[in-house]
Amino acid sequence: MARRATPEVNAGSMADIAFLLLIFFLVTTTIEKDKGIARQLPPIEPPTEEPPIIKEKNLFIVNVNKSDQLLVEDELMELKDLRLAAIEFLDNGGAVAGSPEYCSHCKGDRSTSSSDNPDKAVISVQNDRLTSYKMYISVQNELVAAYNFLRNRESERLYGWKFTEMKKNVADGNFSGDEEIIKSKLENIQKLFPLKLSEAEPKKSGL
Amino acid sequence: MSKFTKKKSGELPAVNTASLPDIVFMLLFFFMVVTVLRNNNLLVLNQMPKADQVEKLQKDRSVYIFAGKPSARYQDKYGREGKIQIGDKYTDITSLKFALEEARRKLRPELQEKVMVALKVDKETNTGLVSDIKQELRELNMLKLIYITAQGNELDQ
Repeated sequence: MARRATPEVNAGSMADIAFLLLIFFLVTTTIEKDKGIARQLPPIEPPTEEPPIIKEKNLFIVNVNKSDQLLVEDELMELKDLRLAAIEFLDNGGAVAGSPEYCSHCKGDRSTSSSDNPDKAVISVQNDRLTSYKMYISVQNELVAAYNFLRNRESERLYGWKFTEMKKNVADGNFSGDEEIIKSKLENIQKLFPLKLSEAEPKKSGL
Repeated sequence: MSKFTKKKSGELPAVNTASLPDIVFMLLFFFMVVTVLRNNNLLVLNQMPKADQVEKLQKDRSVYIFAGKPSARYQDKYGREGKIQIGDKYTDITSLKFALEEARRKLRPELQEKVMVALKVDKETNTGLVSDIKQELRELNMLKLIYITAQGNELDQ
């Protein structure tokens, strides 16, 4: 007798099984896309070192109290006005023309009572321990936005592209041209408006 | 039986579904490959605040710290105060350093120097807890950190 042909396995339900698995993985997949505000912490200073003296006019003090209210330069302020106030402060360029500290790329009021130049200008954020994290991040976000606005303005003037967009492109690896040149250009812009955010130790609540 | 009788006209032939399993399998493999099963079982509430001036996180060199109130099912046991979580368990502020060292050692050796700390903190937490964490990070000399945020802007609401 010739051998009997083995009956073919019915594969009709294979699609159903595969669909089930597919739906399971579809549901469990979380394509994580974590983004955030990056920050560099200051290293711990040796105790002997004298803290640098900063002139009052070069300091922009942002105070957040425990009920999330903002006190900017001794005035009550809404969060939405913070960005503009910070831009005005950083972009002021109060140093007199001709002095070594003169800021040629500033477009601000050049008032003598505000910051000399962006390199000198320091924004100091003081939090209460009971400030909500939401408020803290919002304040940081607005201040970074102020810096980004100024950096974008300068990079568009000098190179014709936006600082934030180019930085993102470099990080993603999609841009045309020499990476080294673009990186040095980015650093150049950062030097024009260096991020100088100081955070004091948060005060005890109720003081 | 003539070879030339016409087939029944008008009826559409059935669509051939033989390649359907192949297509579905391809999709299946795609999702199997990209799926990351969560390796952190969240013990704390974790609703991130919104921000729009953000940068991307480089995942291969980061250590996660979660903080916030304990999730609803742990609140009976651990109370409602803000808590820190690293890996799969609650961590006290005093033992934060050991937990972080441990987490750092799990990274690829060449990236351990460039370690970045990703802070995933619930928006209702007090800033005090965050600054305690930051103080510990400074003492550990892990100075790069990133506050993970959700997309949007708190001002818009």
